[in-house]
Amino acid sequence: MLAYLTSLFEPGHALGLLAWSPPGWGQVFLTGLLRTMEISVGAYTMGLVIGVIGAFGKLYGGEVIRDLFSIYTTVVRAVPELVEILILFYAVPNVINQVLVSMGHDRITLPQLLVGITVLGVVVGAYMTEVLRGAILAVPHGQIEAARAYGMPPAMVARRVTMPQMLMNALPGMSNLWLNTNKDTALLAVIGFNELTLTTAQAAGSTKAYFFFFFAAGVLYMIISILSGRVFAFFERRSRKGQPQIRGGVI
Amino acid sequence: MPDASIQGGAAAKRPDAIRIENLHKSFGPLEVLKGVSLTAREGDVVAIIGGSGSGKSTMLRCINFLETPTSGRITIGSEEIALKPDGSPANRKQIEQLRRSLGMVFQNFNLWSHRTVMENLIEVPVHVLGVPKAEAIARAEKLLARVGLAEKADVYPAFMSGGQQQRAAIARALAIEPRAMLFDEPTSALDPELVGEVLNVIRGLADEGRTMILVTHEMKFAREVSSHVIYLHNGVIEEEGPPEQLFGDPKSERLKQFLKSVA
Repeated sequence: MLAYLTSLFEPGHALGLLAWSPPGWGQVFLTGLLRTMEISVGAYTMGLVIGVIGAFGKLYGGEVIRDLFSIYTTVVRAVPELVEILILFYAVPNVINQVLVSMGHDRITLPQLLVGITVLGVVVGAYMTEVLRGAILAVPHGQIEAARAYGMPPAMVARRVTMPQMLMNALPGMSNLWLNTNKDTALLAVIGFNELTLTTAQAAGSTKAYFFFFFAAGVLYMIISILSGRVFAFFERRSRKGQPQIRGGVI
Repeated sequence: MPDASIQGGAAAKRPDAIRIENLHKSFGPLEVLKGVSLTAREGDVVAIIGGSGSGKSTMLRCINFLETPTSGRITIGSEEIALKPDGSPANRKQIEQLRRSLGMVFQNFNLWSHRTVMENLIEVPVHVLGVPKAEAIARAEKLLARVGLAEKADVYPAFMSGGQQQRAAIARALAIEPRAMLFDEPTSALDPELVGEVLNVIRGLADEGRTMILVTHEMKFAREVSSHVIYLHNGVIEEEGPPEQLFGDPKSERLKQFLKSVA
């Protein structure tokens, strides 16, 4: 069985174009997938950190903090992601370098992966802020009040009452956002980032096997979606313990 | 102290547990409390009664600063709470300490729905007060048995009746070994047939001499358990005194009408 499967990837066979080493594109293709996952996970993690700070900041922060986060979420969500990626990718390193040069330092080249993660993380953070803010608002106020009434300091209230309850409300939205993040990595192809989509385009261009490669890429994106759907479903089930079941409420 | 109320001198010697002096509270332009005072000595059960909007819940919630007073003095035990000129607490740590000594029971129970009954009971002792977990669990088991919920330790609040949830909430308040208990209309959200089981638990606490302040609509119950009754109307204490006097021989016209309307 295994022998048959591996034989499919030999040159000349059905999946020969995906053979591991050249002339097969297997290694290049999977490296693209790996880079896609690196950016997705990195940007999502960054977005999560921004989102938690942003959501609490917007709800409990002072006037200045609230205004700053409002501007951030409004602007980032209003402008097309592609435009933002282009702005951040070309403008930000440029600004950094101008500052460095004016201070008498040498220009630096920012690592591509870091720039990719940051650019996308800033976008994810804006959406995450809103997802989490809504989720916090849905936590029954009485339970937060009870925690305060028993002398819990604010950070402990957030950690032991607000966040666990918020998670349950936030997970469906967070799952959506993860899928979007994963697919938005494809936009980084325009700035020459070698993620799955750009790799696919290169492979397809060189071999003229357009349908084959784009179909294969589509299958990979789909596998990621399905697997991550399972992961989110697991967390959602866990976070909903203690809640009455709503039929069909859990994926 | 069964005979404390008979010997007036003995009652006066019991130390003050909670003292409120000239408390004012406004929500924006609306003044909800217009200078109310209350003294509860150790072992007192003070019932606060009054119509809706009279300010009785607000008065209770000012004691542990769930509402910030606009002005006034609040003393718990011998410790006066430091307030800024605008009435807000000057020292957050002091407020947190104060709250850890007062067991609050809410109208809507407010159990933490992501934790089992047992987890609700040990949450504050373990994470806030630093009681060893095994000890907190042993104590919680006794409290659950006492409120008749021994078998519900591992159940989540959403799967219990309102009466059971409120009894669990009382046990949660007792688990911090409070200096005093604050009850904010503990039976108002319950179906009529579930009120009795909760009142029985509260009555048991009154009988063992716990200091309690109770905001309630249950006049019969207030008369039975309280040592002192306060009738609030429009943010002012209209009348106060021992329950026999307030319920048996009300002086003010408003209280007479109020008692007639809720009878």
